[in-house]
Amino acid sequence: MIINLIALLAGIIFGLGLALSQMIDPNKVLNFLDVTGDWDPSLAFVMIGALAVTILSFHFILKRSAPLLDSGFHVTKQVIINRPLLLGAGLFGIGWGMTGYCPGPAVASLGLFSVEGIVMVIAIYAGFFSQRWIANK
Amino acid sequence: MGKSLENFTPVSALSGGALIGLSVSLLLLFNGRMAGISGIMNGMFSAPKKEEIWRGLFLMGLILGAFIFQLLTNNSLQLRLGYPILLIILGGFLVGFGTRMGNGCTSGHGICGIATFSLRSIAATITFMLSGMITVFILKHLLGVA
Repeated sequence: MIINLIALLAGIIFGLGLALSQMIDPNKVLNFLDVTGDWDPSLAFVMIGALAVTILSFHFILKRSAPLLDSGFHVTKQVIINRPLLLGAGLFGIGWGMTGYCPGPAVASLGLFSVEGIVMVIAIYAGFFSQRWIANK
Repeated sequence: MGKSLENFTPVSALSGGALIGLSVSLLLLFNGRMAGISGIMNGMFSAPKKEEIWRGLFLMGLILGAFIFQLLTNNSLQLRLGYPILLIILGGFLVGFGTRMGNGCTSGHGICGIATFSLRSIAATITFMLSGMITVFILKHLLGVA
């Protein structure tokens, strides 16, 4: 029960962060990716802000034997840098550059009643299912 | 150049980023989960039933957060109009396909992964940043689309 409330609260804070930082605005994202054009470096500061908090907090949280509401951390310990990782990240970047949306802002933009956001989320799920289908063949 | 400097918003970007960091930290401290959005989205339709509830609530919160911000600030966020929908469909597909193949997106690799100094996540982040920049260069400056 409390686990679910924490998830909802974390989602709301994440959504507020995306909106405040303007990461939810696809044009803002595209202007950040447009390094050879009219470059707007703002979104690098989103990452700096997020990492400043997480590098410090994760350091202490992961020293614990378990999280507060679960018996263990659900953290994958994959370390290999392989072809699927780099190819997948490369394809994701192409889609990000084509649209200006990564998954978080795509979902959050539904809160602005964005038609573009709805199409984006449906297309993302089509990508998920296709990848799973191919991987399972 | 002038235009981008006018639009340069380091303070709201830093504070928005800090909020995202806070959210991710809460989810790890209490629930022991890494807040990778693509993984949470994907798990909505693949995880066991009781696993779906917190994921659905997190995503609902994401939507609510953006909605609340818009209410509090009186429609400060403008929706983009007239962007080619074909690019959204194709690009969205690649975002979905790529994030599952590479096991993470901007939040999973770019924030959670880097925060644990995972070389795998650092490699993924550099890769999607670069391919995103190259894609925008090609679309905008070579092809003149969007």
